[in-house]
Amino acid sequence: MKIKAQVAMVMHLDKCIGCHTCSVTCKSTWTNRPGTEYMWFNNVETRPGPGYPKEWENQDRYKGGWELKNGKLRLKAGGPVSKLKNIFYNPNMGTLEDYYEPWTYDYENLLNSPKSENLPVARPKSMITGKYMDKPEWGSNWDDDLAGGSEVVPLDPNIQHMQEHIAMEYEKTFMMYLPRICEHCLNPSCVASCPSGALYKRDEDGIVLVDQEECRGWRFCTNGCPYNKVYYNWNTHKAEKCNFCYPRTEAGLPTICSETCVGRIRYIGVVLYDADKVKAAATVEDPQDLYEAQLDCFLDPFDPEVIEEAEKAGINNEWIKGAQESPIYKMAMKWKIALPLHPEYRTLPMVWYVPPLSPIMNHVTNEDELNTDGYIPAVDQMRIPIEYLASLLSAGDTEVIRNVLLKLTAMRVHMRSVNVGGIDELQESKLLEEAGLDVETIEEMVRLLGVAKYDERFVIPTGRREMDDDLHYKQGACSLEDLAPPEGMVTYPFERGS
Amino acid sequence: MTNKLFKHLKFLTPGERINDGFTEESPRPRDWEKMYRNRWAHDKVVRSTHGVNCTGSCSWKIYVKDGIITSETQQTDYPSNGADFPEYEPRGCPRGASFSWYTYSPVRVKYPYIRSDLYQMWKEERELGHDPVKAWSNITSDPVKREKYVRARGKGGFVRANWRDSCEMIASAIIHTIKKYGPDRVTGFSPIPAMSMVSYSAGTRFLSLIGGNILSFYDWYADLPPASPQVWGDQTDVPESADWYNTKYFIIWGTNLPQTRTPDAHFMVEARYNGTKVVGVSPDYAEYEKFADVWLPARAGTDGALAMAMTHVVLKEFYVDNPTPYFIQYAKKFTDLPFLVTVDQKDGEYRTGRFLHASDLNDNQELGDWKTVVWDANTNSVAFPNGTQGHRWDGDNKWNLNLENENGSTINPELSFLPMSEETVQVEFPYFAHEQGDVVRRGIPVKHIQDKAGNNLRVTTVYDLMMAHTGVSRGLPGDYPVDYNDPKPYTPAWQESITSVNKQHVIQVAREFADNAARTKGKSMIAMGGGTNHWYHSDQIYRSILNLVLLTGSQGVNGGGWAHYVGQEKVRPVEGWQTVAFSKDWGSAPRLQNGTSFFYFATDQYRYEEKSEPKETQWGSKYQDMHPADVNALSARLGWLPSYPQFSQNSIDLVKEARENGATTDQAVIDSIVDKIKKGEIDWSIENPDDPRNFPRVFFNWRSNLLGDSGKGHEYFVKHLIGGDDQVLADTGLSWKPETVNVKDKGAEGKSDLFVSIDFRMTSSGLFSDIVLPTATWYEKFDLSTTDLHPFIHPFNAAISPPWEAKSDWDGFREISKVFSELAKEHLPETEEIVTSPLGHDSKDEIAQPNGKILDWRKGEVEAIPGKTMPNFAVVKRDYSNVYQKMTTIGPNLKKGYGMKGIKLPGDKVYEELKERLGVSKREGIGKGHPDLYTDIKAIETILLMSGASNGKRAVEGWENLELKTGQKLREIAEGREEEAFTLADITAQPRQTLSSPMWSGLEKDGRRYSPFTVNTEYSIPWRTLTGRQSFYLDHEMMLDYGEGLPTYLPPLTKGPYVKGEKEAESNGPSITIRYLTPHQKWGIHTMFTETSAMVQLFRGWQTVWMNEKDGNSIGLKDNDWIEVYNRNGAISARVVLTYRIPKGMAYMHHAQDRTMGVPGTTVGKKRGGTHNSVTRITAKPTHMIGGYSQLSYGFNYYGPTGSQRDTIAIIRPLKEVNWLEN
Repeated sequence: MKIKAQVAMVMHLDKCIGCHTCSVTCKSTWTNRPGTEYMWFNNVETRPGPGYPKEWENQDRYKGGWELKNGKLRLKAGGPVSKLKNIFYNPNMGTLEDYYEPWTYDYENLLNSPKSENLPVARPKSMITGKYMDKPEWGSNWDDDLAGGSEVVPLDPNIQHMQEHIAMEYEKTFMMYLPRICEHCLNPSCVASCPSGALYKRDEDGIVLVDQEECRGWRFCTNGCPYNKVYYNWNTHKAEKCNFCYPRTEAGLPTICSETCVGRIRYIGVVLYDADKVKAAATVEDPQDLYEAQLDCFLDPFDPEVIEEAEKAGINNEWIKGAQESPIYKMAMKWKIALPLHPEYRTLPMVWYVPPLSPIMNHVTNEDELNTDGYIPAVDQMRIPIEYLASLLSAGDTEVIRNVLLKLTAMRVHMRSVNVGGIDELQESKLLEEAGLDVETIEEMVRLLGVAKYDERFVIPTGRREMDDDLHYKQGACSLEDLAPPEGMVTYPFERGS
Repeated sequence: MTNKLFKHLKFLTPGERINDGFTEESPRPRDWEKMYRNRWAHDKVVRSTHGVNCTGSCSWKIYVKDGIITSETQQTDYPSNGADFPEYEPRGCPRGASFSWYTYSPVRVKYPYIRSDLYQMWKEERELGHDPVKAWSNITSDPVKREKYVRARGKGGFVRANWRDSCEMIASAIIHTIKKYGPDRVTGFSPIPAMSMVSYSAGTRFLSLIGGNILSFYDWYADLPPASPQVWGDQTDVPESADWYNTKYFIIWGTNLPQTRTPDAHFMVEARYNGTKVVGVSPDYAEYEKFADVWLPARAGTDGALAMAMTHVVLKEFYVDNPTPYFIQYAKKFTDLPFLVTVDQKDGEYRTGRFLHASDLNDNQELGDWKTVVWDANTNSVAFPNGTQGHRWDGDNKWNLNLENENGSTINPELSFLPMSEETVQVEFPYFAHEQGDVVRRGIPVKHIQDKAGNNLRVTTVYDLMMAHTGVSRGLPGDYPVDYNDPKPYTPAWQESITSVNKQHVIQVAREFADNAARTKGKSMIAMGGGTNHWYHSDQIYRSILNLVLLTGSQGVNGGGWAHYVGQEKVRPVEGWQTVAFSKDWGSAPRLQNGTSFFYFATDQYRYEEKSEPKETQWGSKYQDMHPADVNALSARLGWLPSYPQFSQNSIDLVKEARENGATTDQAVIDSIVDKIKKGEIDWSIENPDDPRNFPRVFFNWRSNLLGDSGKGHEYFVKHLIGGDDQVLADTGLSWKPETVNVKDKGAEGKSDLFVSIDFRMTSSGLFSDIVLPTATWYEKFDLSTTDLHPFIHPFNAAISPPWEAKSDWDGFREISKVFSELAKEHLPETEEIVTSPLGHDSKDEIAQPNGKILDWRKGEVEAIPGKTMPNFAVVKRDYSNVYQKMTTIGPNLKKGYGMKGIKLPGDKVYEELKERLGVSKREGIGKGHPDLYTDIKAIETILLMSGASNGKRAVEGWENLELKTGQKLREIAEGREEEAFTLADITAQPRQTLSSPMWSGLEKDGRRYSPFTVNTEYSIPWRTLTGRQSFYLDHEMMLDYGEGLPTYLPPLTKGPYVKGEKEAESNGPSITIRYLTPHQKWGIHTMFTETSAMVQLFRGWQTVWMNEKDGNSIGLKDNDWIEVYNRNGAISARVVLTYRIPKGMAYMHHAQDRTMGVPGTTVGKKRGGTHNSVTRITAKPTHMIGGYSQLSYGFNYYGPTGSQRDTIAIIRPLKEVNWLEN
């Protein structure tokens, strides 16, 4: 057993209101400078739709993540040999068209326009070429709320793989939102893709970073990541990506995207896992087994043996306590309502999702069919096809999705029964049984999902800086390292503390 | 360098292999990580917010590093909602999160700017040695010069100026205007004080002191729900968003909560986990449908039909089939359902008349014309319950909802005469769903009552009328539907052909809504907003929906009732703010003008009405067939609505003349002026809108983008008010002409002499202005913010001082007032003027015109009596050279007391407390020694100290005052928080939860969530209506004339795209005619935020129009193609967004994208494409102009015609050529 701790995230998609606040606060904090215009460490996609960059889930095109070849785990884009062959030309990398040509406007013209025949206007201008453009043609969220309709929606790779026909018609419309950041995977293919070894997964919290001093700009990470969440900065010629706001999590604060999420859909907490099980989990044959295999890597933070091992591995009490109170542990492992995004990429992602409920289809008109219980609609009548959610979150296994939706529904039915009444008791108990929920669990779920207090959504022990060398030196020289003698406190001619 | 190399070498040792040899654990240098840590680090965090009419009113953390504002994130420290309740954290949305972009952006207005043509003339005049006022007069009085600079508006050519020149020009223009035309030709528009109360007050305090017009906004925006004053006598009072978590059945009806109530939506989402059912009603698959359990896709504008059918189901199932005790008790005590209404016979047909009054039966009652009557089951006779309008003003203390007689015995009102009916009569009910003027005849039970003159009156109850009107059969004869499947009005089957919503769903939702309310005692709620409110028939749509919350006893209950959110209208510390904003402390008489009427005439939109062809109908009507401009003029002269400018003659000259003719007292002055008015010797400005004497000469636009955003009928604004290039395509020759309003052959163009915008960014308003002054952004000043949506009060604080030459609005107007006062010393000595004001709600004026009868003194139907049959008149002193002194100090008039909504607070003590908190002015002049109001911070402290919501003593004093009228014990509502007195420092440390004050109707004690009218239901305080109860029936003559006595369904208007016979745009290929809607957008709050790089990149840039893809394909469009949208009102160029999410036949051009970015020319009008309002024009509803009658009395931003523009039809076609119209 090789215990490691990771700060992980769950996004409760049922709560997502698609507002993009996360994207904006993230951008103002990290990527509003030249070279990063098109970088959205955090973005939100309307689904069904092609996402950002366009059709990122099409791995035939981008060749991201891992695949099994002869029972062996290898990068889909090929190993070091093919990398070397293509080092000056990566055929799988996304192009400007897959992202977009960032634009701005000639705003100055509004104030500075000389006397003219017509009302002044600020024309759109490319931020790449600096030239006027008539109109933008694509953007990071071009298809928001199904904009583009049947010209755009079919580009969604998930739809292309579905058996069920999706009707792109007014009456049958459905949509959901998918906010995305870097998955900070247990088995990150971006790290493995980098010829320079510039990407790494931090030992203490699992955050995956691009070392800005080591990056040589080869860009194999950008599509090596199947989630296409590493971006190339044209100004610095280095790759950048979501850093899970480590300067904040180290201080015990949630990431910017999480704290500013007004839907309050995001949860952050510690997960303990066995690093020695990662390869085996990523190598299971059937992609539909990957979800369970990844769950299997996670450790029960209440298990005395795990606690003992964790302590041995230098994981301190606050982190163990954090793992025990972790909302991620509850949602992913205990209640099994959160699921990994595209487990079939075999990267063992660490940002998980609770699938959304949706309204019933309007063609259900028979009064008896309308309800299982008088008020809350049944799972199988909902608008978002279960198969679609399964394509996103369970490598196509619809039973997994159905189980989660049943749990969310049973929770609502039970709470209605308690708070209002008017629910058929027999049907309620049948539903609870089918969902595998007891009343105590339901009440815990309502507390975390519904009441969702700040300190229960975010359980983040502060960074373990005590592991650093020479903290006494750092205390004084912090952020002034350029001024302080680089050798640390040893240069003092006298004893410390004297 | 060597050090770095050394470090590298240190890590070169191979790491440990784990994970079956797949992973290497190796130490590596990680010093680079400080890069991102440094980026995150900051020097300070400042609490501020965004002042943008959004209802969010979110508190933000502003990060400052190296003296630069870097970014913002939401505060998370609101006081708790309780242990087992979701919190108000975080509050904020992507738009607000992008605000810091503006600080250093290229759209920032950094200096004062004046258009070069004007500035040059000004300088020439000044160089000739003319003093500023003379200079201005020379320029504007010279037609050639005036034409030159007016026609340059909107055509670039700004030059940098300075504050001194700008202030001089503005002050001179005002002085010239006052002297030549009168002070009411100076007008200011600034909306929504709640979004930044002090900045609002800066301009309005100045305008109040000089006698200028202050325009309303809430009604102009059509955000005001007229149904609210109609039903409750209240402007708008709604639950805070956390109360959504308390509801158990939530219908979201035409309000896109995730998109427009972004920070609040989570309460709705989370309530679902607690067992709440959510139903969504919207014509498109709107974002909130994602959270609904059922989507009812009602066609746009047909919501009223859906609501009427649901009303039918609720009445039938929960009142007739299974009478529900909770509902019935509620209906008896809290609604007008048991009140008696006369049934009048005319030409052999029966129609409903007015409420029966105590004065009909005897003369024993004080103000018996205003006391309505019920039938008491206990005594089997008529009874006069407490709490009616008459009780409010009769000087007694019986204005309460206790159902008792004078002698204290209990009244048990009968809801229905069915069991004791003496006669069944067939009553004609207006039914206009398909044809204007139709009727249905249905039997109702009546009783016969003798009036005091011995006449036999037929009376029935409002309840019986509702049953018959909605078609609930109780075995009575008449045209009743047989069952739900019978397509007669107003069954579920009937609505299906109108709304397209499946009737089974309607039955189910109505039944569940009521069943839920019965089980939870009223925890059924309906959220409503722009989608249902912005229509011409908004009031009827709303009244129909409100039926549901009233009939189910859900109003005045936590977790129940209506939840209307359009506009940030709620100024919680309202009485203090109002005193500062309208300089009541100096006793100035402000001119508060309703915006809709003002703009209707100022922008000549009255010239473009479409002729309606009067025809004989069964429901013949008198006022329906009157031109809205004529009704408005009538309304002005009867004292219903304000009307400024007042008269074509200068209001100063009128007094001077009267004095010269020997009037010694004010009353004599008024008498002589009224006499002249009666003789027709004085002209009403409203009847002469194109007379140059009545032009709005000086116009201030601050905290607002009037021309790029809310200016409905944009092209008419540009043409008539501004005088810029317009794209009006209408032919006025074909328009409907008013009779009493003088229409000249050609509408005046460029009415305004000086148009001033004060802003921190360049918008369409700036582009058309003569002067643009730079103001501080929201992160650079101090101010206050409150909203409906949360119960807190919190501040703006300056994160940095205003950069460049920006000044806060407070400082800016103070500078203007200073220069103005200096110039006034010479040019405008102290003077008097006549000020009219309308019959106001919440004053005794509201019982001015009994029986709701329209009597016109001009026609001799009644005597002309100021304050009774016509407006109030007052002689007011204006001390122009002391305006600056008054601007900057609190005046002694405060000591006489202050207040609003009929509640008065003592002023003596407050004045002394203010002296202590603010210090006194040491500036020489009349203000010296008075509390000092020099800075925005002092204005904040004043508002906080004076208002019950933010000061416990004031709250208690208010409740004590209300005890006098109601005879109820109310003090306890605020007791316990009496010692609280918020200061700016307090609310900067943490937002504070406001206190319960009698200015509002919700109870907030003990951590309770704010829910409106809980004071009424729990403390028996009447609503401020005729019966004192929540109203189903409105008996004013004009309401009945319009067939709108009861809630009913009226279809959306189908005017346009052209009028019959009008020359249409030349055809150039396929086009499609659609219903054109302007719902609120996702990437901005109004036009604000739309320019920020985040908002631009997150969608498609501007401007865009959404439509159904099949509609688009039918005219050859592909997604993102260029289009033009046009009708007789104007033309727009935009790009199309095609989708299947919205149905065929309609298009969304989201309000409000402004036209400043990426807009090419149109081929229809050959000019730069317009804004979303270029194809709209307001249609004011005459019934909203009623006044002087109980709850149908005027209040500023409170009641009055709304500027509805939703009922628009337009044409879309591909834009064949993209022309950027560059010189």
